[in-house]
Amino acid sequence: MSRQLAIRLRGVVKRYGPITAVNGLDLDVPEGTCVGLLGPNGAGKSTTMRLLTAQAIADEGELEVLGLRLPEESKQARAQCGVSPQLDNLDVTLTVEQNLRVFAHLYRIGRGERHEAIERALRIANLVDRRDSRVDKLSGGMRRRLLIARALVHQPRLLLLDEPTVGLDPQVRQELWALIDALRAEGTTILMSTHYIEEAQRLADTVLIMSHGRAVAAGPPADLVTEHAGREAVEVYGAPAQLAEVETSAQAAGFRTRRTGTSVSVLGTDGADGRVPEGERRPANLEDVFVLLTGEEIE
Amino acid sequence: MAVATAQRVVRLGRLERPALTGVLVREVINYSSYWRSATFSSTVEPTIYLLAFGFGFGSLVSKIGGYDYVQFVGTGTVATAVLFSSAFPAMFGTFVKYQFQRTYDAILAAPVDTEELVTAEALWMATRAGVYGCVPMLVAIAFGLDPAWGMLTVPLIGFVAGFGWACFGIAVAGYAKSIENFSYIVSAVLTPLFLVAGTFFPLDRLPEWAQVLGELNPLHHCVQLVRDAVFGWRWADLARVPGLVAFGLAVWRVAIHAMTRKLID
Repeated sequence: MSRQLAIRLRGVVKRYGPITAVNGLDLDVPEGTCVGLLGPNGAGKSTTMRLLTAQAIADEGELEVLGLRLPEESKQARAQCGVSPQLDNLDVTLTVEQNLRVFAHLYRIGRGERHEAIERALRIANLVDRRDSRVDKLSGGMRRRLLIARALVHQPRLLLLDEPTVGLDPQVRQELWALIDALRAEGTTILMSTHYIEEAQRLADTVLIMSHGRAVAAGPPADLVTEHAGREAVEVYGAPAQLAEVETSAQAAGFRTRRTGTSVSVLGTDGADGRVPEGERRPANLEDVFVLLTGEEIE
Repeated sequence: MAVATAQRVVRLGRLERPALTGVLVREVINYSSYWRSATFSSTVEPTIYLLAFGFGFGSLVSKIGGYDYVQFVGTGTVATAVLFSSAFPAMFGTFVKYQFQRTYDAILAAPVDTEELVTAEALWMATRAGVYGCVPMLVAIAFGLDPAWGMLTVPLIGFVAGFGWACFGIAVAGYAKSIENFSYIVSAVLTPLFLVAGTFFPLDRLPEWAQVLGELNPLHHCVQLVRDAVFGWRWADLARVPGLVAFGLAVWRVAIHAMTRKLID
């Protein structure tokens, strides 16, 4: 079955003076899927998000959102997109409901449907009881939920989430994951940028790993792991000198290794008994893939 | 994979009414949370000028250009109220909204272009300027200024002048690197324009070069139009109206340019 593409980027380049923030990026987001843009800070994720709403204009490449060419037809595309930004830009002196009302107008919802649209958004964000609270009285998690609900008020065909859980407590993060997962289950097309491995692994159908402004790998999280890091890794803990020794001998035995702060991970150890150093066996994960492909550490 | 076919039914153009309305609705709803402070600063300050100059200076000079001094200043400070309720909120409000609150990022992610955003913001401040501008005149009426039919045009004059000054403020905020830069504009541009506008003293006693400069001051035209609306129209007003409109249109385009540079990378 061939799916239509909600987002299609080809060879997109965006420079800021001497810095190339996005450097030849290709990106496909099929309709009805959730794609995760995974990368460390400065990989070009936020710039990519801004390019998709024409708040940044690409220097090179082709960009299509919902079949519309950017930047020329960006306004039509934006009318059918919802955006939840990384930096909270709610009107803090207004109530929850007033914030949604403003965006119901900005997204041109007709007078007759406005009320129902606001009620629906309140239910999605689970903020029905807080509708009259001023935003500056809300907790961080509630504000995030409101930001996402605000992006959904006009039932967009495509949802852009820029670091939806950045800076939140773990419990609150899980609450937001449940919200995003529910949207995904309903078939909302989502492009989500994140620098949390777990977030991408749990929520994304396809993950695109970004480094230095380009895609270094793309695919379903599980496939990426098997393809690049094998099935199993062995984690060796010890004193720094000992770790260095493990590293040298594992590499000499033909394994790939990576440092994880307090330990060395020896990768691709499945089916290689005998040559493997002593340590904790664990399944390979997306973080292993990330470090292997980019040489960068990530949270 | 096929690329999704878009619904190309509605071709969205420039300066669309729904986009302007959306931005205006945001301002109106926000206004409900800060109208007290905005009203206070935009009306009390010009009224203080009116009372201080009108009575302080008025005790020395009873008549100027054939008018009671209080009435001269009472009509002149309409322009001051217009300036204070447009240029200043435009400078500070715009800067705060894009730099600290990031409101404009949120608005531009919706189907609103920078041109529409700037236009709607300026229209909103122009409307406020038209209303607030009437306050000194109402105070002057309380102190003996005779009501006249021409006064009904004062909100409109305030609106046109306020649109220009709001765009001026937005442009300053768009080009400014930091909020501290505003002091250069306030000290070097707004204060001289405010003082040499014919608000507190007539310009016709000044040296010729100052009079020429005064004619280039949009605030002076606002002062004269308000005064003539109250005391009687003159032929020169036929040139002042297009002058104010031209000022407004010119700074409007400059403001759009400044904000596009600021908001779109």
